[in-house]
Amino acid sequence: MQRLEGLAKLTGRERYVDDLPLEEGEFLWGATVRSPAPRGRITAVRFAPDVDWSQFTIVDHRDIPGPNFVALIERDQPVLAADCVRHVQEPVLLLAHPDRMSLRRAVAAVTIEVALEPPIFDFRAVPKLEQIQYGSDNVLKHLSITKGDVERALAAAPIVVEGTYETGAQEHVYLEPQGMLASVEGDVVVLRGSMQCPYYVLKALLAPLDRDEARLRVIQTPTGGGFGGKEEYPSTIALHAALLALKSGQPVKIIYDRGEDMAATTKRHPSLVRHRTGVTADGRLLAQDIAVVMDGGAYVTLSPVVLSRGIIHAAGPYACDHVRIDGRAMFTNAVPFGAFRGFGAPQTHFANERHMDRIAARLNLDPAELRRRNLLRDGQTTATGQVINDGTDRVAVLERALTLADYHAKRAAHPRFNRSESTRRRGIGLATFHHGAGFTGGGEVALASRLHVAGLPDGRVEVRSANIEMGQGTLTVFTLLASERLGLEPGDVVIAAADTARVPNSGPTVASRTSMVVGHMVEIACDALRIRLGLDATARGEAVRTAIRRWHRAHPNATLLAEGAYQRPPGIAWDDATYSGDAYGTYAWGAYVAEVEVDLRTYDTRVLDFVAVQEIGKVLHETLARGQVQGGVAQALGWALLEECRWQDGAMANAQLTNYIIPTSDDLPPIRVAFLENPYPFGAQGAKGLGELPMDGPAPAVLNAIAAATGADPCIIPLTQERLMEIVERGMRNAEFHGEAQ
Amino acid sequence: MKLLQPESLPEALAMLAEQPEAIPIAGGTDLLVVWPTRPAEHDRCYVDLSGVPELKGVRWTDGQLALGALATYWDVIRDARATRELPLLGRAARQVGAIQIQARGTWAGNIANASPAADGVPVLMAYDAVVVLDSAHGREAVPLSDFYQGYKRMRRRSDQLVVEIRIPLPRTPYRVQWFEKVGSRRAQAIAKVGLAVVRGEQGWRVVAASMAPTVRRCPAIERRLAGSTPLRSPDDLLPAIEQDVAPIDDIRSTAHYRRRVMARVLYYGLQAT
Amino acid sequence: MTDNQFRTPHSTFRTTFTLNGTPITLAVDPAERLLDTLRYRLGLTGTKEGCGEGECGACTVYLNGLPVVSCLVPIYQVRGARVETVESLDPATLEPLRRSGATQCGACTPGVVMTARWIDAHRELLHSHTVRELMAGNLCRCTGYDGIIDGIAAGLEGRP
Repeated sequence: MQRLEGLAKLTGRERYVDDLPLEEGEFLWGATVRSPAPRGRITAVRFAPDVDWSQFTIVDHRDIPGPNFVALIERDQPVLAADCVRHVQEPVLLLAHPDRMSLRRAVAAVTIEVALEPPIFDFRAVPKLEQIQYGSDNVLKHLSITKGDVERALAAAPIVVEGTYETGAQEHVYLEPQGMLASVEGDVVVLRGSMQCPYYVLKALLAPLDRDEARLRVIQTPTGGGFGGKEEYPSTIALHAALLALKSGQPVKIIYDRGEDMAATTKRHPSLVRHRTGVTADGRLLAQDIAVVMDGGAYVTLSPVVLSRGIIHAAGPYACDHVRIDGRAMFTNAVPFGAFRGFGAPQTHFANERHMDRIAARLNLDPAELRRRNLLRDGQTTATGQVINDGTDRVAVLERALTLADYHAKRAAHPRFNRSESTRRRGIGLATFHHGAGFTGGGEVALASRLHVAGLPDGRVEVRSANIEMGQGTLTVFTLLASERLGLEPGDVVIAAADTARVPNSGPTVASRTSMVVGHMVEIACDALRIRLGLDATARGEAVRTAIRRWHRAHPNATLLAEGAYQRPPGIAWDDATYSGDAYGTYAWGAYVAEVEVDLRTYDTRVLDFVAVQEIGKVLHETLARGQVQGGVAQALGWALLEECRWQDGAMANAQLTNYIIPTSDDLPPIRVAFLENPYPFGAQGAKGLGELPMDGPAPAVLNAIAAATGADPCIIPLTQERLMEIVERGMRNAEFHGEAQ
Repeated sequence: MKLLQPESLPEALAMLAEQPEAIPIAGGTDLLVVWPTRPAEHDRCYVDLSGVPELKGVRWTDGQLALGALATYWDVIRDARATRELPLLGRAARQVGAIQIQARGTWAGNIANASPAADGVPVLMAYDAVVVLDSAHGREAVPLSDFYQGYKRMRRRSDQLVVEIRIPLPRTPYRVQWFEKVGSRRAQAIAKVGLAVVRGEQGWRVVAASMAPTVRRCPAIERRLAGSTPLRSPDDLLPAIEQDVAPIDDIRSTAHYRRRVMARVLYYGLQAT
Repeated sequence: MTDNQFRTPHSTFRTTFTLNGTPITLAVDPAERLLDTLRYRLGLTGTKEGCGEGECGACTVYLNGLPVVSCLVPIYQVRGARVETVESLDPATLEPLRRSGATQCGACTPGVVMTARWIDAHRELLHSHTVRELMAGNLCRCTGYDGIIDGIAAGLEGRP
C-alpha cells in the first residue's frame, strides 16, 4: 500500500491552511505584536500617529471574555500579556487587516514600552533573589528516581568516572510554518489549522472564550510537519485568531513568517547533565549518579513531562543496581521551551552514551564491548525498577548494527588511515538506547482515549479519531490496520478528518503513540463493529461489507458506530509518588553506528556512513517506518553538528534559515536502516512506537565517532566547527558555548 | 514603490542620473530576501535592469572574458570555455546557494551588494577582474581589487551602473589556481572564510572573503609566498594574515576560528599544488 | 510618511507572461513576489512558502526553463517569460517518487518534485554534479533525503 495522500502531496494538490481558498475582501490577515523586553511591567502601548488605525482590528488582553490563560499543565501562560512580560517575543497585542503588507507595517508601528526588571538567562546558575519569578527558587519541576544505594555503591566502586554533558536548544523547522484560520459560523467559533492535537486546542479555547464545546469546533488541516512544535503552541495561535475573528466579525488567518516562527515559538529544552559512575575494572556498571537540569524558559508549558521522560531514560538501556537520577527544570526569561521529538530522552541519552564511551576509554575497553556487558537482559530491571521481560535480544540488536556498519574492521583500519593523512581523521562510534512509547506511567489511563469506527451505508468503514497525519503516515497506517483487521480492501476504509465535531478524543498525536496505542484502538473498534453486527470473530471482507449494508437498510438514517477505548495492558504498575515501577508498557531498542571524517583544517565533520538498527515490535509499513528512522536520524545529526541557537535576551537572534543551519541533501550520507521484530502484544499488529526513537541515538554516536577520530573528548552539542576546534586545540573537555550577545 | 523599467542602457543611465536614490536590480536575490520583513524597502525607487539587452551575456573576445551585468552564475557554470580556461569561476559559482540561486544571481549583483562574504567576488579579484562602470557622464574601468573602500562602501557613484566585468585571459596558463569556501555546511552556506589563490605571470593573487570589512587582496601573504623561505606549517602564515585581514566574531563564526582556518586552508591548499 | 503606505494592494501594474504553457495578462501590485502572484492572485497553491528568504526551495518554479525560488523573483521581472509550476507536471512521471517515500508531510514536496523532474530532464549535468548537490537547495525535515534521492535514482534508471 502506498502512502494514501502521497500523490496529492507530490502534485501540490494537498491543501494546507494557507492554501484554503478565501476570497480577497472576505477575510483578514492577523498578526502579533510582541514584547521587546525579557522581563518587566508594560508601562505603555503606543500607536504611531500617522497610521489610520481605524482600518485595523486591535485586540489586547481586555478583549478576552474569560480568564486569560492558555490551558496546559499549569495556568501560568497568558493568552496575551496583561501587566507584565516574562520573555522577549511574548504576545501582547493582535492586529488584523485585509492587506498583509499593511499589517506588517502596522506591527512595526506599535511600540510596547516595558519597565525592565532583572531577567535570568542562565539556567545553570543559582538565581539571585531579584531574579526569582517562579516559586521560591525558579524550579519549575523537581523529580527524582532512586534505586538501591548510590552513595554506598560509589564509595565501594573500584573506579569512578565523572562527566558533564551539555545540549543546546533545537528549532523544529517544520517546512510549513504555524498557521491558523478562525471563523464564526452561526454561533460556533471554528478553528482550522496546522496542529497535532485538535482536542488540546479545543480545551484551550473553552475558558478564555467563555464557550462550551458545543459552540467551538477545531479541524486539523493537512499539517506540514510538527515534531512536537505543533503539540501545544497551536493553542495560543488558535486563541489569537479566534479573538480577532470575534472582534472583527470576519474570518482571520494568521500565518507566521519563518523568522517569527523560529524566534517566538517553542524549542527543545537545553540541558546540562552530570554523571558520576562507579564501574568494575572489567566494565560492569555498579552505580549511576545522574543530575539533570533543563532550561524550561518563561512558562511551565510541558517542562514537567519533558523532565520526566528525560530522567526515566537517563541511565540508558543497562542493568545497574544502584541508580540515582535527580532532575530539575528551571525557569528563565527565555522564550518557553516545549515539546520536541524525543521529549527529554535525546538530551539524557546523549549524556549517557557519551559517558559510556568515556568509561570505555578509561577502562581501555572497546565501546561496543562495554555496551555488550551492560545491556539489559531479560529479568533485569531499569532505573525505575521495571522488570524487562520482553524477549528482545538487545545484544543481537547491537551485533546487527556492528555487522552492518563493519564496525570492527573500520575501527581497526582507521588508525592506519589517520597516521597516513595530514589533514583528515576518521573514526567510528556507536550508541545503544531505548525509548518508551505512549504516555508515561498512568498517563495513557488519564487520557482515557477513545475513537470510533463507523460502518457507512455503502458498506465501507470510516475511522474517526483525533490523531492526525503530519507526514509520519497516520492515514496510511490506520487504513492498513482497519482493512487488515476486517479483511477489507484499502479503498473500503475512509479516515475521517480530525474534526472535533465528528471525532472523539483519541488523544494527542505525540509520544510515539499513534500507531502503537491508537492503532490498537482502531483494531479494538473493528472487533467491536463485528460484534455490533452480530458477526463472529472470523468474518472478513464481503461478509463484513454486506452486514454493514444490511444494518443500514434495517436502520435508515441511523449511525453505526463501534468504539475502541484505551485499555491499560495488564501487569503495568507505576507509582507517581516514588517515581518507580513500569514507566512504559514497552520499549523500542536501538543501536546506531556512525562513521565520520573530520577535516583538521576546518574542523568540519562529514558523516561518511550511518547505520540505524532498531527492534520495534512489528514493521507496519516498510517505507513509512524506514522514512521515520531516516528523517529522525537526519534531524538528530543536525542537532548534533549544525543547529545552533544564538541567544539575545533569551530569544533566538539567528532566526532565519540562512543562519540556523539544518542539513541539506548534500550534508548527509545514505542512512542505512534495519529492523528487528519482537511483537508487543498490546500494540497494533504487535508494533511498538517508532517516531521518536531515532532522535536518541545519532548525537552520541556521531560524537563518539568524532572522539575516536580526533582523540578529543567533546561533551557538548551542537558540536560546531568552532567548538570542535577549541576542544581539540585546547584539549579541553568542555568548551564554553559561543555565548550570548549581550 | 516606484518602479522604473528601462529598455536600453542609455535609458537606464538617464534614469540613474535623474534619480540618484534609485536602486538598480539585476537578479534581485539579495533584495528580495528581506522583502517580507522590511516593509520600508517597499517605499523606494527601483530600476529594473532585466529588460536591458546590452547587459546580457557572456562574451569571449581576444584576450578577455566579459560578463554582462545580467550574467548569472549558471551562465558561467554552463560555459564550457570558462570551465576550461577560468575554472575558479565555475568552482565558486557552484557554491553559491544552490541551483535555484545560481540560476538568478548575477556576478555584478554580487559585486554591487558589497558583502564581505561575497561568493563571486574573491575569484574575480584573484583573476584581476576589472569592473566597468557606465553613467550618463561616461564610462570608467576600475580594478575590482580597488573597488571597495570600506564596509559596504564602493567606488560607485549613485548615477553609475556596473555594466560589465572584464576578466583578462592570461597569456601563459596559471600555474596555481584554487578556491575554497568554508561554510557551516556543504551547500547553501554563507562563507565563514573564503579564499581564492592564483599564481600566474603577474605573480601571486591571494584574496580573502569574510575576513575583513571587505573582500580583499592579501599583499603581505602574496609577498610571503613570492619570497624564498618555504612554509613549514600553517603558523608560518599567521604573521602575514595578521597584517592583511581583521576577522571578527559574528553570528556565523569567531575571529579565532577564521584566523586559524585561513592559515590551515591556505597552507594545505598550497601544499597540494 | 507617504500616503501610499497603508493602501490595500493596488493592482496598477500589468504584466504578460506564459504560465504553464498558456499566455496570461494580469494586473498586479509591482511589489508582489512571483510566489504571491501564483498563490494569492491566481490560486495556484501547489507552490509553497517555507521561508521567504530563498533558503528552503519549497517555492521552486521554472523560469525560462531553470529552477528558481519564486519568493525571490519580483513579479515585474516575469514579463515575457515562461513560468511553469508544479501544477504543470504529469502525475504519471511522479510514480518513482511515490514508491520511494519521497514525501512525508508534503510541505517541501512540490519544490522537491520540481527540482527532481528538472534534473531528470537534464541528465548531462550528472557528468559534473551529483544528485545530492543538485537537490541541496530543497530542504526537507521529514525524510532525511533518502526517499527523495532513491526516487530520483529510480527514475533515472527507468525503474518504477
